[in-house]
Amino acid sequence: MPEIRNYTINFGPQHPAAHGVLRLILEMDGEVVQRADPHIGLLHRATEKLAESKPYNQSIPYMDRLDYVSMMCNEHGYVLALEKMLGIEPPLRAQYIRVMFDEITRILNHLMWLGTHALDIGAMTLFLYCFREREDLMDMYEAVSGARMHAAYYRPGGVYRDLPERMPQFRPTKYTNARETAALNEARQGGLLDFIEDFTDRFPGLIDEYETLLTDNRIWKQRTVGIAAVSPERALQLGFTGPMLRGSGVEWDLRKKQPYEVYDQLDFDIPVGVNGDCYDRYLVRVEEMRQSNRIIRQCVEWLRQNPGPVMLDNHKLTPPRRVDMKQDMESLIHHFKLFTEGYVLPEGEVYSAIEHPKGEFGVYLVSDGANKPYRLKVRAPGFAHLSAMDEMTHGHMLADVVAVIGTMDIVFGEIDR
Amino acid sequence: METLLDFWEFIKPVAIILGYIVLIMVPLILAVAYLTYAERKVIGFMQMRMGPNRVGFFGYRLWGLGQPIADTFKLIFKEIVIPSGANKFLFIIAPIISIGTAFAAWAVVPFDAGVVLADVNAGLLYILAITSLGVYGVIIAGWASNSKYALLGALRSAAQIVSYEIAMGFALVGVLIAAGSLNLTAIVTAQQGEYGVASWFWLPLFPLFLVYFISGVAETNRAPFDVAEGESEIVAGFHVEYSGTAFAGFFLAEYANMIIIAALAAIMFFGGWLSPFQGIHSIFGLPVDLEGWFAPVPGIVWLVFKMMFFLLLFLWFRATFPRYRYDQIMRLGWKVFIPITIVWLLVVGAAVIADVPPWFAGAR
Repeated sequence: MPEIRNYTINFGPQHPAAHGVLRLILEMDGEVVQRADPHIGLLHRATEKLAESKPYNQSIPYMDRLDYVSMMCNEHGYVLALEKMLGIEPPLRAQYIRVMFDEITRILNHLMWLGTHALDIGAMTLFLYCFREREDLMDMYEAVSGARMHAAYYRPGGVYRDLPERMPQFRPTKYTNARETAALNEARQGGLLDFIEDFTDRFPGLIDEYETLLTDNRIWKQRTVGIAAVSPERALQLGFTGPMLRGSGVEWDLRKKQPYEVYDQLDFDIPVGVNGDCYDRYLVRVEEMRQSNRIIRQCVEWLRQNPGPVMLDNHKLTPPRRVDMKQDMESLIHHFKLFTEGYVLPEGEVYSAIEHPKGEFGVYLVSDGANKPYRLKVRAPGFAHLSAMDEMTHGHMLADVVAVIGTMDIVFGEIDR
Repeated sequence: METLLDFWEFIKPVAIILGYIVLIMVPLILAVAYLTYAERKVIGFMQMRMGPNRVGFFGYRLWGLGQPIADTFKLIFKEIVIPSGANKFLFIIAPIISIGTAFAAWAVVPFDAGVVLADVNAGLLYILAITSLGVYGVIIAGWASNSKYALLGALRSAAQIVSYEIAMGFALVGVLIAAGSLNLTAIVTAQQGEYGVASWFWLPLFPLFLVYFISGVAETNRAPFDVAEGESEIVAGFHVEYSGTAFAGFFLAEYANMIIIAALAAIMFFGGWLSPFQGIHSIFGLPVDLEGWFAPVPGIVWLVFKMMFFLLLFLWFRATFPRYRYDQIMRLGWKVFIPITIVWLLVVGAAVIADVPPWFAGAR
């Protein structure tokens, strides 16, 4: 009888730790993983192909749905590519708003990552703590765009509209009385900026709370220290970006290395890891949340003092004011043209990248001079990270596979596109 | 008539025992049901959410107190899906073994002085034997399901039980040395003393108590040692293929095991039904006769309070800790707990020989 040692196990796509629709074929020797073979494509929605058939602006909402836990950053990458191609620059206030919402999005993403990563490793309370804060961040999204997740807020030439002067408030319901509602509305008395500032005041303390549960926890350390360590050289070879790369000790952050928008005017630090294991990547991401909090505070400060336009006045590219349309023939024509035909980009190609919460999110755009892209390619950071799954899990145990999936911060919306 | 009376004489002891069993089982099953409710509520509050609060009785919500009952009925009326490749007999028998052993252990648990179903002298051994039998339910379930995830869960469970049974056994040997008896009632009475809480065994046997309780958490497959079901790793482990009443069997067994571990911890280290105010007649010279004041409280109330405390710890652990990896659990069991217990056994043995008061005076 031949000796059979290894067996394969089908991990996902219906698996609680698969973060959506990851399908891993694991070749196991007992509990030890010999080979991990990720299968992708179960969430393929042909975003890139769809974009080829519509005017540029109509693809912005598709970008929200790529990495559906960091929505505005995806938009940012796409909008930046369009602006580069058009040779326009949004007003300064719009740039600050974008940076602020990029960082809000970063916190949103990292909270989601922290919660699910901890849940995968078994610490389930943290998941609910993180979601409590995400709720406030979603409310910021909602206040500014009307949607809690898929905002479609960034537009070529600026942002859709200025920050609201008044935060929406809760009303008493069948289940909450007036006193409870007043408590919920306490931070919402002022405008959006006041609400955000109140959040940034509270948030560092909340991060301390998360860290109390995990950072020095022996079990947490046993589960993450030394797991899936990647050397700096190897991380570069594998095409890692973002916290995955910084966790390995490479100081690379597009916000510093090739600053876009107003990042060069803001004061923040880039945390880097030492050993490149899951624990270092955890520490890097937690510190990134603190730095994002710093950036948001600086943006709030600036935005308070500098009112102004948030959208270019070039109505070939941006919609005219609604009031003007009623009086002004030209505005009506602009509006009609923009929302039916859109605008054309000059012939050529462009690559623009931003520091997405997960890494380098790049958009490569080829235009043949039409009102829709000839080809749109999205460089999703998660794809490169997932490719390293086999290497990172080799020789680790089944329980570590879960920790590695968590540490990669995988979202299938962007990998499968 | 004559034969009927004879028959009654014959059947009487059996009927009495059956009555006792019912008296133990019914509150126990209710306790299990409401332990699940307590778990969801307590962990809910730790996580700043409500927990179940909708299902009540007769149209009143009553903080969701009807939830366990509703859950029970839901599970009973669900289909038991038997996977096509499963070994049908073993698949059905596994939850029965689990739940049978979880309940059987209660036979020797004393609820008050003399209130015990079977006052056997080898009570401690019986407990050890029966609780370790429970793992067969898990292993058989994992094997019979014909699923890789279930098999992995069963293997993990087997390995875990092997390593933690030893630590647990050694911890209980410490109690045996200290009390000088395997009878659970005798163990409790050996903890009677003049110093209230301080005369119980948890103080002299503190390391053993810790090892026992942590091993107990591991034995019941509760977080942070829940590798056998490891939600996020092997989905649900050994009971991944189970549904309906068969799943309810495992569920019931897990919670019944938690309760028995809590009860045993209370009995062996925290004085069972003894009042914590025993022997306290004055505080700082003031004549505060606490023992006298609390004397009317029946012993079972103290026992239940102690059990509730340990059950709360179970829930607290679950809300706080990440899950251990399977090899780390082994390491903890073999390299930490077993050496600790062996060292402390020597200490306890020496203390017993030296008649260290107040716990070991005359223990020999």
